[in-house]
Amino acid sequence: MSATFAQPSLGSRISTKLYLHPKLLLLLLLAPPLLWLGVIYLGSLFALLLQSFFYIDEFSGNIVREFSLVTYEQLFTRANADIFIRTTLMAAAVTIAAAVIAFPLAYYMVRYASMKMKAALYLAVMLPLWSSYLVRVYAWKLILAKEGIVPWFAAKLHLTWLLEVVLSIPVIGGPSLSISYIGSFLVFLYIWLPFMILPIVAALERVPASLTEASADLGATPAQTFRKVILPLAFPGVVAGSIFTFSLTLGDYIIPGIIGNSRPFIGQAVYQLQGTAGNIPLAAAFTIVPIVIMAIYLTAARRLGAFDAL
Amino acid sequence: MDGVSFEIQDGEFFSMLGPSGSGKTTCLRLIAGFEQPDAGSIVIHGANVEGVPPYRRDVNTVFQDYALFPHLSVMENVEYGLMIRKVAPAERRRRSQEMLGLVKLEAMGARKPNQLSGGQRQRVALARALINRPSVLLLDEPLGALDLKLREQMQEELKSLQRQVGITFIYVTHDQGEALAMSDRLAVFNRGRIEQIGAPAQIYEHPATAFVAGFVGVSNVCTGELAQRLTGSGQAFAIRPEKIIMTAASDPGPPGWLSVTGRVRAVTYHGATTRYSVAVDGGGELAVMRQNAAESLNAAQAGDAVRLAWPRQLNQPLAEGA
Repeated sequence: MSATFAQPSLGSRISTKLYLHPKLLLLLLLAPPLLWLGVIYLGSLFALLLQSFFYIDEFSGNIVREFSLVTYEQLFTRANADIFIRTTLMAAAVTIAAAVIAFPLAYYMVRYASMKMKAALYLAVMLPLWSSYLVRVYAWKLILAKEGIVPWFAAKLHLTWLLEVVLSIPVIGGPSLSISYIGSFLVFLYIWLPFMILPIVAALERVPASLTEASADLGATPAQTFRKVILPLAFPGVVAGSIFTFSLTLGDYIIPGIIGNSRPFIGQAVYQLQGTAGNIPLAAAFTIVPIVIMAIYLTAARRLGAFDAL
Repeated sequence: MDGVSFEIQDGEFFSMLGPSGSGKTTCLRLIAGFEQPDAGSIVIHGANVEGVPPYRRDVNTVFQDYALFPHLSVMENVEYGLMIRKVAPAERRRRSQEMLGLVKLEAMGARKPNQLSGGQRQRVALARALINRPSVLLLDEPLGALDLKLREQMQEELKSLQRQVGITFIYVTHDQGEALAMSDRLAVFNRGRIEQIGAPAQIYEHPATAFVAGFVGVSNVCTGELAQRLTGSGQAFAIRPEKIIMTAASDPGPPGWLSVTGRVRAVTYHGATTRYSVAVDGGGELAVMRQNAAESLNAAQAGDAVRLAWPRQLNQPLAEGA
């Protein structure tokens, strides 16, 4: 026994060393994520930012590697501005709709559902995330297409006229649901909804039921309790969810490519510019736009007090 | 809960005492309106409140976990009830400042609840519940989370606050000492029923059932064979440990008193008092409590033969089957 104590194994010596030097342990634990974030993630982001200040020579098609704002001049043309506005409006609409749908479901899950029901609902929310994104988007194409499930069902219910009224709405309508902004909106909403539900559930879990009772006890009707207590306390969850839905919609290029009219979104523009057009500087400049929009969005959310209750 | 029926006087400090799961908190929640009775009725100031939601009842609650709104400042928490009633901001400020003064937290209005200590939070919860000037204030184990010293201090403050504002307090607690010290009257709950209602001294001195005798303070509950041997009748009774006099076994004991010999089994020192567990000759055990006045120090050791004696009239007969 004494021999074991006198000569501890290498593993035990390392353990002791780390236990006595917690800072060394911290350094070892943080090195991989810091390298990943600092070098690979932020590094490539800066490389991207840098690219956007180069420009492409129109005659040779070569990238000119010197500082200029030529690319940004190209970025702010009328056609490109339309892309930004279109994408931002879509992202905003998807985010608001997702919040409106997700909140009651999350509230039900936290306050009313039994343990079994809650587990089932969690599963129902997460299940779509386990299957291929592309398969789900193409499935929606079948649902929304002119000969698809929705028009078929509308016909069975003698509601074809209603579908036609909806499709005849200017701008957001179109020849069929799968070739309209309404279609892209529905699919975006479906795909990103779990990312809104889960953070709201997490936020509501942290609001004790006694706060609702205290509010009622002090004379607040359920509507007042919702406005003054539940919503402010769950708001950080809504903002966290909206960061997902908003930024994911801003950057997505697959959904609008499969479902929607052929007017491009930011993601598609970036995809085309860096691929077929080979205009890396403009693609980079395009990528900066969602970053700027998100920065503005988060600043506004902070001003609204979204992070006060954190 | 079953067959729970009682009436509370205006301005009374009424406690509901009982172990956890005895129905006292359910009873409080029924009065507050968080739960609805399956049968029976609740009348507050002459108005039957059946089907009336909590926000329309003239009753406010101090919650066990205080339930302060974490996103609002202390001042905004206290003002909440007035804000809901759309009282003008200036009036709101004035009254909430007054309430904070009442609970001695004038300077804390701008803080958030998480910057306060447990005792301070408790006071904020109190101020918030009192600002609506309810006809009844419900308190659900409000001192449960505080340490002993602070709890004793808050007991006194609560009691004097109640006298000051003159509002009926209905106080739920599982701490019998607290209930005895604070209440005008108390109800002892057990398994969803009320075992006894009365003033603290009445409950302590004259417990009606074995449960009350055992739950409120410490009692020697004597039943069956032991009762038979001590008194000559099988009637169950309770005797408080501090009523029993302990002398040497050879001492005959005061004439006319009940008396029994035994051997000290264990001695537990409690500071002001010492508790002796005495194994009675012939079976059974009695607890004896002695004040630690100078002469009584080390009055008996474990193993000593002693005589226990007490006046017969101090026996509290207990209801059968309880």
